[in-house]
Parts: sequence; C-alpha cells; structure tokens
Amino acid sequence: MRYEEIVHRCFRCGYCKFTSDYSDFNCPSYRKFFFESYSPGGRMWLIQAWLNDEIKNSDRFQEILFSCATCANCVEHCVFTFSDDLVNIFTAAREEMVNKGVIPPGVRDYLKNINISGNPYKEPADERGRWADGTPVETYDGQEYLFYIGCVGSYDERAKKIARAVGDFLIRAGVSIGILGNRETCDGNEVRALGEMGLFRFLAEQNIALFKGLGVKKIITLDPHAFNAFKQEYPGLGGEFETYHYTQILAPLIQSGKIPLKEYRATITYHDPCYLGRHNSEYDSPRKILKSIPGVELIEMDQNRENAFCCGGGGGNFFTDILGGGEDSPNRIRVRQALDTGAQIIAVSCPQCAKMLDDAVKAEELEGKLEVLEVAEIVTRALA
Amino acid sequence: MSDITLSLAEIVGEGYVSDKEEEVYLYARDPGLMPAHEPDYVVVPQTAEEIQKIVRLANKEKIPVVPMGAGMALTGLIIPLKGGIVIDMKRMNKILEVHEKARHVIVEGGTSHGLLKSYLEKNYPRLRHSIPDSPSTATIAANVMIHGQGRLTQQYGFNSDMVTGLEVVLPSGEICKIGSCAVSPDWFSKGAPLPDLSGLFLGWFGATGIITRVGLGLYPRKRMRDVEIFVTDREDLVPDIVFELTHTEMTEDIVIFSQPLPLIFKGNHHVTMFITGDTEEELEFKRKMVWDALDGFIKSKDGGFMWVQPAMKPTLLEMPQRSVTRFADVKKGGGFEYSGPILLVERYPECTRKAEELSSKYNLGYSGMARIIGKGHCMMYGFAFTFNRADPDMMDRVRKALHEVSDYALDIGGVFWKATVEEQRMALDRMDPHTRNLMKMIKQNLDPNGIMNPGNWEVT
Repeated sequence: MRYEEIVHRCFRCGYCKFTSDYSDFNCPSYRKFFFESYSPGGRMWLIQAWLNDEIKNSDRFQEILFSCATCANCVEHCVFTFSDDLVNIFTAAREEMVNKGVIPPGVRDYLKNINISGNPYKEPADERGRWADGTPVETYDGQEYLFYIGCVGSYDERAKKIARAVGDFLIRAGVSIGILGNRETCDGNEVRALGEMGLFRFLAEQNIALFKGLGVKKIITLDPHAFNAFKQEYPGLGGEFETYHYTQILAPLIQSGKIPLKEYRATITYHDPCYLGRHNSEYDSPRKILKSIPGVELIEMDQNRENAFCCGGGGGNFFTDILGGGEDSPNRIRVRQALDTGAQIIAVSCPQCAKMLDDAVKAEELEGKLEVLEVAEIVTRALA
Repeated sequence: MSDITLSLAEIVGEGYVSDKEEEVYLYARDPGLMPAHEPDYVVVPQTAEEIQKIVRLANKEKIPVVPMGAGMALTGLIIPLKGGIVIDMKRMNKILEVHEKARHVIVEGGTSHGLLKSYLEKNYPRLRHSIPDSPSTATIAANVMIHGQGRLTQQYGFNSDMVTGLEVVLPSGEICKIGSCAVSPDWFSKGAPLPDLSGLFLGWFGATGIITRVGLGLYPRKRMRDVEIFVTDREDLVPDIVFELTHTEMTEDIVIFSQPLPLIFKGNHHVTMFITGDTEEELEFKRKMVWDALDGFIKSKDGGFMWVQPAMKPTLLEMPQRSVTRFADVKKGGGFEYSGPILLVERYPECTRKAEELSSKYNLGYSGMARIIGKGHCMMYGFAFTFNRADPDMMDRVRKALHEVSDYALDIGGVFWKATVEEQRMALDRMDPHTRNLMKMIKQNLDPNGIMNPGNWEVT
C-alpha cells in the first residue's frame, strides 16, 4: 500500500479529532459514530492491523474507511510531521480495497456509474449542459475561461439552480466564459477520494486532452471538488491550467464596485467547504463577496475557516451517504451550529454543501428559519 | 447479535454498542506497551442512568466492566484484562455548571481537558483549571482517577486534590454523590467537613466505581504568562534550586527536563518555571523574586538563566504542550511510554542518572522530566523512552528499561503513578499488610462480584 511506511507512526493521541482550540470534536465521522475506530487515529491503527492480517476487510471495516469525509480536519490538527499525508493514507487504503474488489455497494455503484455514464446519476451526457438553457451562458469556443460545472451542478436539481446563478452572474459581470455542455465529463475528484485511481487517471487524462485540444488556458469551477482536482491533481498528470473557484473571480469584481449592489438586509453565516478551505486555503474570497453586500451582517460560526465542521458530503459521502441519517449526521450538526449564530441564511460556495445542508434544514424542521444559499444566489438578490 | 449485545443496545441504542472485530481490536489496547486483551463489547453511553443499567446488567451476568476516557495513561489501565464491556465515556462530555465566585465547575465523566479549557477561556476568562500535558482529549474524570498532575500542581497539589465532588455509579448500580453535594446542592468540597469518601474511588482506576460527574476546583487565570529556564549541569543542585524557587511562592509551575538530544540540551538540567501576572509590574516583580532566589547559584557559577528565544516561548507556554506528544515520533515510530513514580525531590539526581544509564544500557532515546508537586512536597519523575512500533526489538528494550525503573523506583522510596498491573502487584507486596487488608475489604464490600476493571488493585 502507498504510505505503508507511515501508518504505524500514529500515536493515537487524538488531537486530530478536535478544532484548534479544542472546543469540539471536529472529525465528522467520529462525531457521528463516537467509536475510536471512526476517528483518524482509529483508522490508522485499523489500517495497520489490516495490513498485518490482524483484522479482515469486513462490512464494518469498509464503513470505517469509507465514512471518512476527507475533510482534512485531521491534516490540520495532527501534531506529527506526517500530518499532510493523513487523507492520502486513507485514500491509499481505499485504493487497496478497490483493487481487491471489496468495497461498500454504494461506492461500487458510484464508480460503475461514473465509468459507464461519466456521471453518478446515470444520466445521458446530452443532459449535462441543459442547466444552461435559457441563460446567456454559451458553449466554450475560445472564451477566456472554461466554466466547468461538475456532475452535481449539471444534474442535481438544487445544484443546477446554483450553476445558473453563477453562470448568469459571471456573464453579467462581463467575464468571458464558455461551458463544455455535453462534452463535459466527471472531474474525478471523488473517484480519486474513493480510491479508484485507475478510473481517476483515465478521467483526468481525458479531460486534460479535451481542455488542451480546445485551447483552454484558464478554468473557473463551480464546485470546489473540481477546483481541487484541477489545482492539486491534474498538474501531476500534465494538466497545468490556471484554475479559479468562481468566488475568486467575483470577489475582486464586486469589491472594485464594477458590479453595483443594492442593499440586501440579511444575517448570514458562511460555511467553508473543505475542498475550498482546508484543501486549498481559500477562506477569504467568499467572505469578501458577502461583506461587500450593503446590509449583510456576516456572523461566524464558532467552527469556521480551518476549524470548519464538514457537512459530511466529502470523500464521496455525498453519493454513498455512509455518514447520513440521524441527529448526529454531520450536516444536521452543522445546521444546528449555524442556527446557534442567529443567522437567517447559511451561505455556501459548493453545490454539494448546499444540497447537504438543505437536506439537513428539512430534517431539523428549520424551513422558514434557515435558508441555504450559494454565495452567487445571495449576490443575485442584491443586484441593483 | 448476542443476547448481551441486544441488551446493551436496548440501553444505549444500537449504534452505540459494538461487538465487531474492529472495535474489539482497537479497544483491546492503548497507545502504550501493555499486552492487548480483547473486550467482548464496547459501548458509548450518554447518561449516568445508562451506565447504571449497564453495570446492573454486568452484575447480573457477571461480566467485567472497564470505564475508559481517552486511554492516555499508557499503562494499560483501560485494557480489559478479563474481557467484558468497555465503556467509552467520551460521549458524556457536557459542562454542566460553572460556579464563578466559588471557582468550581461540574462536568460529565467524559469531558476532556481540552473542552473545559476552551469553554473557560471563552466564557470565564478569569478562571482556569490545572491542565495536564497529556493530549487535549484526556478526560478530566480519568485524570483525577489516576491522580494526574497539571499546570497548577506545584501550587495546589495533584489534580485529584482539586476535586470538589463526585458522582459515581457504584458496582451495585446505585448512583452515589460524594462530598458536599451529597447533602447540599453545592459542589464545593469532595470531603471536608464530612468523612472524605472520595478516596474510595480516586486512584482505584475504576475498580470501585465509575465516575459520571466531577466537581473540579478552578483557579485565578492571570492575563499574562511567561516562562523562564534556569540551566545547571549539576543535577545534585536541582533539589536545592527547587527548594529556593518554591520558597518564593511566585511560580505557577516548575518542571525540570533533561535529554540527550538535540546536543544543545545534553548534560544540562532545565529548571523551567512559569510565572503569571495581571500586569507587567506583577510579572516583573515575580520574575525578580525568582531571579533573586537563584542568585547564589549564578554567583557560584553553577548555573544561569537561559535566554528563551521568542520563537520557543509559544511551544513552552501552550497548554497542553503538544511537543510532549511529538516525543512519540522521535524514532519515526509513533510510540513512547514512561514510568512516572512519585517521590521526593531530593531523589532527582539519582533518577536522572538512572534514566541516562538505562538509555545507554538498552540503546534507547529518552527524556527525563520532573514535575514538582506542591511546594516541593514531592515530584513526578518521568522516565520516558520513545520507540518505533514497527521495531519489536526496540519495544522489548523499552519494556525491559521500564521494568527496571519500577524496581528502582520502589527501592528509592518512590510510589508508582498510574501503576501498571505488575506495578500494582509490586506495590501491594510492599504495602503495609493492614493497609493492604483495608484495600481488600473496601474492594470486596463495594464490588463483591469483582466486575469492576478486574485485575486492577486486586488483593489476593
């Protein structure tokens, strides 16, 4: 297994479970299950035991490994020098399980669907760009930026609204963008996180070839997961593109006053997506946008920025739902944290987080009290 | 699922009980070097009432019960030596009440030191508690149960001395209050003026009951903290230095460390003292008192104050000190264990020489660290050895070194802290027979079926 030489070095001290001020457990799977086995340290010891043939690959072991949301809270708070590799180690263990063909059914189905359809929803590619119907967003044809949507923004009904809001806004702001439409396929971020490295490589190489063939130099992503794949993983496979999350493009435009905004009175708390925040250190752009809206009061949750609590959708859990269900599911915990701030709106900058938190608002019966909105949707409400 | 698993699931909910291989594997061991023993079941309860039901079930079925905090004692105290039910307490982590003026807090039995620290800093910035240097996940109940020490130990004694009340589930299943809270709504004293029954539980490692609530004394939190390090290469002078320092009553905490690496530390004893103040003037006054107290050692050229680089201060001043945990990876192997006998401060010179001798004999990386308890009444001397989990030979050498420490500590008048089962037996063998018999009577009367963390403090 990759990283095998590191696994035994975990002391299981538990710093990885916390926020930096120790105010709460911040590992979503530990917080849900509360057994040591579901904590990063527990996983490390169990992986070592599995490698030593002391335990077998059971349904429980699979649940333990695949319930990791790859949120990187452990990377942020582990005290040891190998902390940067913690998520990589969990991914490598998943890779071993994938290679041996013993993985949870939900993971298997997700990977199969991506392999067959290029998306997890088993939808035809022709439907992929339909979200843009009726918007001024056009197909990519040499525009300055490729606007890459990703599977969730392309097919999920809630996320499609977000794609439209962001696309609309970028056009209004005068940003030159084009989409791939039915030529777009999965970016592979979750495929990689779930350990199917062969399929990830295939998707990445296919995307890189397509982007290069079209002359793409700059990419704006809707989804932080795609942003992470393009920024962190594609360069190693020959895909060097100037990649931005859409909030990074909008923030300077709004701050410069090029896009006039009217007053929009709202109390808002911002949820940091893990793949934008901890994985790529982008905490400020979404906040700059929100703070630029006259009338908006931005209140932070106690667990924010590098201490943000994951919505539970990362690492493929958005699709496999291993972390879902019950009061202690991470999305419901996160919504309660947002409620504690007194905010009316949870702002997000990730379609997966939006969907996860939307579901949690319903489960917590907070509709009417809390609204989940993408940053671009909030800005749209404030357009003069 | 077995009948017991089903019964436990009825008590705590199906999601919080496991008899699966993964939990059985993990809860069979702690991060130290003690041999693994598998539990039959692991449960994660949320209330004292659930624990009450678990204990009653265990009593009925004659199944052992082992309470567990974070498992950071490293001496195997949470390893279920005779199987049974491990009760992971960490889901019971609520801070129930802070009495600001009376300076105490009541917390649930799985509350971590990290959580309390964070809570007080945010809500009661003038209050603090005695934070140990074990990782922040270490629980308050387990820490007082093992007579842990912390940042305020030099001023106020063992962390268990700071307990102001307990709620305990007895082996019979009754929930029992200990201290003033037994007759009053207020948790200001663990014993006095009543008979102090806390001794029936503190130090017993769960062999007489499970702590479900702790009242803990809080102390003034000054606005500023600083650290000074006095360095001497004469270990024989350390007890005198400590005597002078404790006489000033100016320090928050005193620890002395020595280690062979990096080489800049080798051969020296670093008397590390922390001072606090609400103003620069207060801090400066205390600093001057400390300097004056050690002036004689400077004049005789036996030591001097080390310049503590600004970059080094955050590491020294943080609570808990994460650098202590990092010692586990010195050998790139994720392990360390230490024996920390409690003994007189005047034993420091021979302890530090012994640590060096054992390190050389067994070819091990080591660190020696003494924490002063009370005004020099005693100290914990930690003989700490780091090891690589992937190197069984190194692990075995650490075991042998620690075994020698155990023999040695008893011989020089020490008493084991958080004693391993073997050390417990050694201590019982050495113990006054009337005291040993008293312990036997207490255990037999409280836990006639012998279900509570069996193997620990067993008087045969």
